[in-house]
Amino acid sequence: MQKKEMICIVCPLGCQLEVAEDSRAEKGYKVDGNRCKRGTEYGIKEMSDPTRVVTSTVRLKGAYLRRLPVRSDGPVPKKLVFECMKRIAEAEVQAPVRMGDVIIENILDTGINIIASKSMQPLQPLTAISP
Amino acid sequence: MYDFDIVVVGGGPAGLAAAIEAKNNGVDRILVIERDRELGGILQQCIHNGFGLQIFKEELTGPEYAERFILELQKKEIMYKTDTMAIHVSPDKLVTIMNAAEGISHIRAKAVILAMGCRERARGAINISGTRPAGVMTAGAAQRFVNMEGYMVGKEVVIFGSGDIGLIMARRMALEGAAVKMVVERKPYSAGLTRNIVQCLEDYDIPINYTHTIVGIKGRERLEGVVISKVDSKKRPIAGTEEFVSCDTLLLSVGLIPENELSEAAGVKLDPVTGGAVVNEAMETSVEGIFACGNVLHVHDLVDYVTLESRKAGKNAARYVKGLLEGEGTIIEIRAGSGIRYVVPHFVRLENLKDELELYMRCDDIYNDKKLIVKIDGKSVKEVYKRRLMPSEMERVKLDPKEVLRKAKGSITVEIEKEVQ
Repeated sequence: MQKKEMICIVCPLGCQLEVAEDSRAEKGYKVDGNRCKRGTEYGIKEMSDPTRVVTSTVRLKGAYLRRLPVRSDGPVPKKLVFECMKRIAEAEVQAPVRMGDVIIENILDTGINIIASKSMQPLQPLTAISP
Repeated sequence: MYDFDIVVVGGGPAGLAAAIEAKNNGVDRILVIERDRELGGILQQCIHNGFGLQIFKEELTGPEYAERFILELQKKEIMYKTDTMAIHVSPDKLVTIMNAAEGISHIRAKAVILAMGCRERARGAINISGTRPAGVMTAGAAQRFVNMEGYMVGKEVVIFGSGDIGLIMARRMALEGAAVKMVVERKPYSAGLTRNIVQCLEDYDIPINYTHTIVGIKGRERLEGVVISKVDSKKRPIAGTEEFVSCDTLLLSVGLIPENELSEAAGVKLDPVTGGAVVNEAMETSVEGIFACGNVLHVHDLVDYVTLESRKAGKNAARYVKGLLEGEGTIIEIRAGSGIRYVVPHFVRLENLKDELELYMRCDDIYNDKKLIVKIDGKSVKEVYKRRLMPSEMERVKLDPKEVLRKAKGSITVEIEKEVQ
């Protein structure tokens, strides 16, 4: 039987949860140590299908900064986070970029896109300052 | 010499929210001064998500949260100067600024909003002995290098202090392929939010060594490792417990200090506990017409609270400019009672109390199953039951203005219920 201890992070209380497989329970897991029902939901989700929003940066050309911050537009399975990071590391973007632009479509067939989380203007060409 | 109604010093989340709210309250001539190349402040390097749950009811990254406010500022045609440093604010609200294009210029303002934020404590502030190799830096500096400038700062990382930026950077470095060996924390509990302990450390199997400190830094050109040691209950290192941990990078997340040099020059009175200004219900400092909000006032853990507090400063600065803020009247002191480190604001002028009175505070230790008690002139007027109170999580209590107006004569005290004997 699979069993795991975790801290609930739904609210600042931080209940120490114990989540165990239980075929008699409605969703297949039994949660102990929580002080409200949101803890049950959190515990079951973390045990059965943990997901995370991935945030990182991609290479950026033609802007005054060299990195563009990006994020997944929804949660991806936790076990795919490092695989997502590899794909994100391969991407390169040319300014201008607008916040929300899709940078990588349907990453790893998850149905989730990697989007720009910042707009970036193109760099203005340098002009000589006359004395 | 320029003339403005309100000058906002700092274009981070506090300055942006204050400027927009001042404009919404009918003041047109507003100028925001920002020293960086772009507006947004530290949000621009906080590329992780979790911002905006209170304000926008969704989880945004730092740059997204900033961009929403920047777009609003531009839409409202509020003027701002980037790449510009405010170098002096005088008690009569003459602001001196400096930039490469215009040199030094002076601005006469009717009101000034201080929104300079805070800076990180660095190695010099915590006196770690040892050599001075490359690879020792604050977590926030590393965050800017990695997330904005595009430099990876190291391969084998130790983090000292469990402040939120340190925890966030532990995850960031792990995601970028570094080996994050451990977080070292002197206290028996974390200085950061619980959700960061879970999502930044536990997700990546990064251990946290509580009641430990760093007593030595080794390496000549580049950091080669640190010496960690257990500490006793007074946080003193215990001889004989030293242990060498090899690493090429040490990130410090050992506290934030409100950046108040300008405030001090302006004659603003500071609170030794928060390191920020002493303010009244309008977020106005001891100098009339100078307001303060955000991390320059006291260090927050959520940007949403910075926004809420700064809107209050912006609204009141607008009231002040229009002559609607009462300077005289009954002043009630707000005190931190037992178990509470500080409460902001520090005073309330009853004549100005129009909206609800919102108190922000931090406790001095971890408390379980306790009541947070608000007393007016010694009599309890509000009791909030808390399952858990932690120094790392700021508390907020709202008071009904009618009740305060009816009852308050001398002082308001917030305290944590004492142990029942």
